[in-house]
Amino acid sequence: MCNAPNAGPGQVWSGLTLKGEGLACRRGTRLLFDNLTFALPAGEALIVTGPNGVGKSSLLRVVAGLLTATSGRAWLEGDRSDLRPAERRHYLGHDDALKAALSVRQNLGFWQGVLGGTGLDVEDALDEVGLGGLGRLPAAVLSAGQKRRLAIARLLVARRPLWILDEPTTALDAAAQARFAELGRAHLAAGGLILAATHAPLDFGPRARDLRLGGRP
Amino acid sequence: MMQAFIALVRRDIQLAMRAGGGAGLGVVFFLSVVTVVPFAVGPDLILLARIGPAILWIGAMLASLIGLERLFAADVEDGSLDALAGAALPLELVTAAKGLAHWIATGLPLVIAAPFLALMLNLDLAAIGALVATLLVGTPAVTALGLIGAAFAGAFRRGGLLIAVLVLPLAIPVLIFAVSATNAAVTGPVPFGTPFQVLAGLALFALVLGPVAAAAALRAARG
Repeated sequence: MCNAPNAGPGQVWSGLTLKGEGLACRRGTRLLFDNLTFALPAGEALIVTGPNGVGKSSLLRVVAGLLTATSGRAWLEGDRSDLRPAERRHYLGHDDALKAALSVRQNLGFWQGVLGGTGLDVEDALDEVGLGGLGRLPAAVLSAGQKRRLAIARLLVARRPLWILDEPTTALDAAAQARFAELGRAHLAAGGLILAATHAPLDFGPRARDLRLGGRP
Repeated sequence: MMQAFIALVRRDIQLAMRAGGGAGLGVVFFLSVVTVVPFAVGPDLILLARIGPAILWIGAMLASLIGLERLFAADVEDGSLDALAGAALPLELVTAAKGLAHWIATGLPLVIAAPFLALMLNLDLAAIGALVATLLVGTPAVTALGLIGAAFAGAFRRGGLLIAVLVLPLAIPVLIFAVSATNAAVTGPVPFGTPFQVLAGLALFALVLGPVAAAAALRAARG
């Protein structure tokens, strides 16, 4: 079951490497990080850790192309598709990007359509994150953890190699965190890449490495 | 790409039609303006017929601006805009799709309501026909220009005031040519087509400029 969501042509993504070169980010007068270089091959995860305000989210936003780096660049090497870089990654931020007035199914169906759904059906994706049978409910009545699961389901309805996850397990209970780790491992097994910032331990298996920001005292 | 565009238009229309979505607000505002004017001006039918097209257009233009300040702000606040950056659409088409949905939900009802409200202002049949034609061409232009203000309002949070300040000056030419086309259809001496063609040109210009400028504003605000 844990291989179900993203099992498929893993070799399509096997040549990909997420590279960051000399990345620096300045917010206001504060230099968050400087000269940050990393390479993340397909099938591996990079877990960014560090204290609050050290620039984890900014790093993720820079890699996602939502924030311009002060210097340096990040790119997906070996990408032979003609899609824009933004269409090769999922960005799961702090906010769940849900509309309270729409139903669970409408919310997810919308993201499937807009992200160019090439992944699971809406119903299957809801089952995967444990929201099966709740499709008709308005998103407004979901709990914080259920909203998070619905946001995570977005990763499954469109197949994209790079997942950029900012505190993905916030508000999730222990079972849901384990389930999410399973989905992450399945994505890695299929040749995907994960760049995640977190405080909670994320069990993405042996192919996850740590990147610690803010080592300075 | 088309699938993503349609998905976005459909969601925004769904959201606008929901309770509190604001689709009905524009029509109610339009109705209020047009209903109040005869009371203020007095029961002078000739005067009403003369100023009627202008009153209707002022009402429609202001009604078109209602709800714009939340158009992007809501998506910025709930994180949708960040996720939309990864859509299978360039940001210019994201803003265009949202503008189209906004026009269908708030602009089109104004065009449909206008002939009935025009009767209250003693407009004759030719004037009503011309009015509907100008609204059909002009309100998309106002909405497209409004996208620019909406993008600034979304980018700078408390930007509700910006919309009126930014958009109204840009929309003035649309108002001028729309009203003069309607007047021309009734009284002449210029044929209806002359100002109407200028209006159509302005509309085409706005339809291109609006989404592109709005996307640029959203991008600039991201950093």
